[in-house]
Amino acid sequence: MSATSIRGASAIVGVADDASPTGQLELSGRALEASMIEQALSDAGLDIKDVDGVCHAGSSMQLAEYLGVHPRFTDSTMTGGSSFEVHVEHAAAAIAAGLADVVISVYASTPRGDRARAGGGGGRRGGPPPGMGPNPGLEWEMPAGIRLPMGAYALAATRHMAKYGTTAEQLAQVAVSTREWATMNPKARYQDPITIDDVLASPMQTSPLHLLDCCLVTDGAGAFVMTSAERAKSLAKSPAYVLGVGTCHDHSMISQMPDLTTTAGMISGPAAFSMAGIKAGDVDLLMGYDSFTITALLHLEDLGFCAKGEGGPFAEDGKLGPGGSLPMNTNGGGLSYTHPGMYGMFLLVEAVRQLRGECAQRQVPGAEIAVAHGSGGVLSCMSTIVLGTEAALS
Amino acid sequence: MSAEAPRRMEPPVSPVAEPFWAATRERRLVVQWCLDCDRPVFYPRDNCPLCLGTSLEWRDCTGEGSLYSFTVNHLSSNPTGGEGPFPVAIVELAEGFRMMSNVVNCPLEELRVDMALSVAWEELSDGRNYPVFEPRGGTA
Ligand SMILES: [Zn+2]
Repeated sequence: MSATSIRGASAIVGVADDASPTGQLELSGRALEASMIEQALSDAGLDIKDVDGVCHAGSSMQLAEYLGVHPRFTDSTMTGGSSFEVHVEHAAAAIAAGLADVVISVYASTPRGDRARAGGGGGRRGGPPPGMGPNPGLEWEMPAGIRLPMGAYALAATRHMAKYGTTAEQLAQVAVSTREWATMNPKARYQDPITIDDVLASPMQTSPLHLLDCCLVTDGAGAFVMTSAERAKSLAKSPAYVLGVGTCHDHSMISQMPDLTTTAGMISGPAAFSMAGIKAGDVDLLMGYDSFTITALLHLEDLGFCAKGEGGPFAEDGKLGPGGSLPMNTNGGGLSYTHPGMYGMFLLVEAVRQLRGECAQRQVPGAEIAVAHGSGGVLSCMSTIVLGTEAALS
Repeated sequence: MSAEAPRRMEPPVSPVAEPFWAATRERRLVVQWCLDCDRPVFYPRDNCPLCLGTSLEWRDCTGEGSLYSFTVNHLSSNPTGGEGPFPVAIVELAEGFRMMSNVVNCPLEELRVDMALSVAWEELSDGRNYPVFEPRGGTA
């Protein structure tokens, strides 16, 4: 399939998400997923009976059975936090090829609610999901006492600082700019502004990452609906056309990452931008997965917003925040809005809402091209989705 | 070796890695070598991840390397024994592969990316030894 047959052939036509300043949601499990799907379909002006494609980062087969859907396109791709960007990529290809007409993807995770319902204590449920292969990390990483996932990102940050002179202050600025956006999202977990000093004064977790360099652990859920560009025109909201897609993973364990300072976004980003026919300078909004401050900083370099090694100085002057030249993570990100574990869904939802002009106070004026860049595993799987309005399509 | 006993999670032994762990009983660091690609393979596998070939042999390593990166973990208990934050490292071995481990016998403030390291050994409960690393030439 040629790239031109995917560009503009499909669109995200419905979205939903939920999170709370308390960090906790009432619903959980399938009930929460069903609620998100219903809201996303309603947002699009579609019905569950229209759905003939189902994506899920666990089991699309189990989800479809629960929903009573008999999909002719099914995708259980699980690449951690970037799973939902990969779902968009696969659905865009399937729709362009005529394998599906209306595709849904959904995510719900409630680590806080689960803990409360279990009577407090304990952490998030551990262990690999069923069906996963042997985990070499037990033999080759865990005995060294690394705290995952945080420690993996810390290793990348240390190397980046040593190699390029990136400072703790520059990393902190990413958290500060992101929090500025969160002050304008009434659903965000944290909405009070913070300073660089606040970040540096927050407890060291695993150096060089402080508590405020790290994403939240909150309940959250979301869903999207995609269909063909042709059908999208007749639906409820302005379509967010899929203009470009690209994915690459180059390791699973952090000790196997080829270069700790360079992610597979160097492959996925240019692939997606090239398909979309855009350059970094054309991007009005970057939704760049911010599991940690270093994660977002690496995206800036690997997607070409600045040169390799210059992410620190690039972030330094606040250009990522409100009024800046590259608005990034306008919902408040994984750092301040919500992070239930696999955050990539929320990148897509916010990107679509910004392109529709639905973001009220935090709206990026005239946003025509938005990039949702997911990162899954430990900087392992990068997936880049370029979305655009009708104006960006031509 | 610190006075307090290590509290390390003892690594399981995957079948393909048995020669690696057996060598640690003699405090030898070994690595698989792909004869077709002439390069090291780590972690141990049944196939070379470059050519998928199976012409793999075990070779002795010098035990010398450098600190590719590190993070000082303030959250977990120290696997090398002792109290307080401890370094988790990715070590780049002279033979051209990387492994995760710990740096020992080095004050935290003296840790530097790319510093020279040599393998040291920490006893595990079953006679195996776990490869840790210290500043080359001994205590910094
Ligand atoms: Zn080979």
